[in-house]
Amino acid sequence: MDEKRRNFLKITGACVLGVSLLPALKVSAAKKVTEEKGPTYKAHPKALHGKRWAMVVDVKRCQEQNKKGECRKCIEACHSLHNVPTIPNEKEIKWIWKDNFEHSFPGTAHEYVPEDFHEGPFILLCNHCSNPACVRVCPTKATFQRADGIVMMDHHRCIGCRYCMAGCPFGARSFNWRDPKLYLTQLNYDYPIRRRGVVEKCTFCDERLGEGLLPACVEACPAKALIFGDLDDPSSEVRRILSKRLSLRRKLEVGTQPNVYYLV
Amino acid sequence: MFDRVFTKSGDDFKKLLKLLSVFIGLGFICYLFQYYRGLGITGMSRDVSWGLYIAQFTFLVGVAASAVMVVLPYYLHNFKAFGRITILGEFLAIAAVSMCLLFIIVDLGMPHRLFNVLRYPTPNSILFWDMVVLNGYLLLNILIGWNVLDAERMGVAPPKWVKPLIYVSIPWAVSIHTVTAFLYAGLPGRHFWLTAIMAARFLASAFSSGPALLILLALFIKKRTKFDPGEEAIQALAKIVTYALIISVFFVLLELFTAYYSQVPGHTNHFNYLLFGLHGHAELVPWTWLSNILAVVALALLINPNTRKQEKTLKIACFATFFSLWIEKGITLVITGFIPNTFETITRYIPTIPEVFITLGVWSAGFFILAVLYKIAVSIKEELGA
Ligand code: SF4
Ligand code: SF4
Repeated sequence: MDEKRRNFLKITGACVLGVSLLPALKVSAAKKVTEEKGPTYKAHPKALHGKRWAMVVDVKRCQEQNKKGECRKCIEACHSLHNVPTIPNEKEIKWIWKDNFEHSFPGTAHEYVPEDFHEGPFILLCNHCSNPACVRVCPTKATFQRADGIVMMDHHRCIGCRYCMAGCPFGARSFNWRDPKLYLTQLNYDYPIRRRGVVEKCTFCDERLGEGLLPACVEACPAKALIFGDLDDPSSEVRRILSKRLSLRRKLEVGTQPNVYYLV
Repeated sequence: MFDRVFTKSGDDFKKLLKLLSVFIGLGFICYLFQYYRGLGITGMSRDVSWGLYIAQFTFLVGVAASAVMVVLPYYLHNFKAFGRITILGEFLAIAAVSMCLLFIIVDLGMPHRLFNVLRYPTPNSILFWDMVVLNGYLLLNILIGWNVLDAERMGVAPPKWVKPLIYVSIPWAVSIHTVTAFLYAGLPGRHFWLTAIMAARFLASAFSSGPALLILLALFIKKRTKFDPGEEAIQALAKIVTYALIISVFFVLLELFTAYYSQVPGHTNHFNYLLFGLHGHAELVPWTWLSNILAVVALALLINPNTRKQEKTLKIACFATFFSLWIEKGITLVITGFIPNTFETITRYIPTIPEVFITLGVWSAGFFILAVLYKIAVSIKEELGA
């Protein structure tokens, strides 16, 4: 039963995300769960539920891991899982990446900032802002926000106008300038490949949360430097750690209210 | 009325259409290339995600909006001298809006999904409203221009329902450029665009570049056909260009004051990049200064009544105005919004050859539409012995 459900979930998920809306309708019609509003499905029994998902990045821990040798575990885990192509120039696509303090927090860096802090690295990704500019500007609702705060992309609705890229103050979005398949060496068949002409970005691994798993980057981090949880839950790890240690968020002044926190 | 294009056109006109068709063809071939290979063939990138196409669109919305500068005095203030050229203004607007729409389409990553904007109307997106006002404006001008001209040809008054449309078209023209300015002015984190006078700047520059082009077109028509748009109309337009250009330059100076007196880096960085270059990058510096110099030349020629009244110097002034503002809106304004990027680093943007040809193709398509519409209008005016 559980296996069956899992498969069903996977298929529905893959269809909604991947192939097109039509197969999804067919599948659910076959299961007699079609409603007027479209297909419905039962959530995975172990699915994680939250009201305001957030990520805390422990910069110190990440740094220490890096001192042992360049670490790209989170990036590799995310990019291979989600079929993110490796394009080696300014037409690149990235869901999660590293940069230094100055670029991550423009205007905040000064010459007396502790040396190793300066270097970072800072793990950057979409902030799943509480007041996301990308959602506000998108003319088709291809970028939308779920009730749990995750800012999602519907690659089948996106017209590729790239307004969301102009809107996001964090450079968190990438456009498929070229056919991504040409830059993929390994494919994960459980996750759809995007076509060229659409925008994409981190989704906090919504597909994994639905199965009760943590985001791939969180799971992959050897230093446990990435902590994921529900800000709305006072007993959550993220809340505990944010109340204990000082943290920064990127570009607070622009008012999007990012949900990725950096422990300093 | 379209038959006139074939029956009334001389060899030169046919040559012009042929030349434009060649450029349209080249642009189309390049577009097919882009269609099959993706927008990767352009010079745009993750950091500079809008380029030449959107910049042209932005400039041309202004040209389209400027039709109001002849429609308004004629219909609201009964300024008779503009009676002869309102149709030229309206037809220019049709051609300009057509170019705008084409530029949006060639810029889309998924052009065949264009109608998603209508299928999932999203009122919180300015792009949605831009589409609404642009298409509405196109429709208004086609209806108004065509019916007024047709009535003129028949020697009767235009149908009654046209009048209210004309009145609607006046604020509508303002709205298309205001909404286009809002595309930029409301984005967090893009300091170069985040300025409350963006819409005002857009309107001021539009009301000088558009009428400047209209003067050039009117002078051309006067020389090449039997239709004379009239000295008074041209001089009145020249005054509009003058004042609008003064206001436009003034607005830019306001921006410069805010940036450089406050010394807020987010504001000064972009202007530094434009005017002096930043971190060794100075791609746009020559363009900026060319635009500045042209603006000064234009102002000098326009403000001085003697040079403004002489056709020869007026022409130079209009060319200078048009190109100065084309550089400002059609090149520097949009691109500089992305440079420096959100990480305060610089990614260069250089348009590629296919990108330039597609751009030329769309311009040619616009001028093709313009030529055909003007041919019709002028042949009717000639017939009426105007
Ligand atoms: S970081 Fe950018 S893309 Fe992500 S939610 Fe915020 S505005 Fe949108
Ligand atoms: S590129 Fe796609 S997701 Fe971004 S604003 Fe346009 S339609 Fe929305």
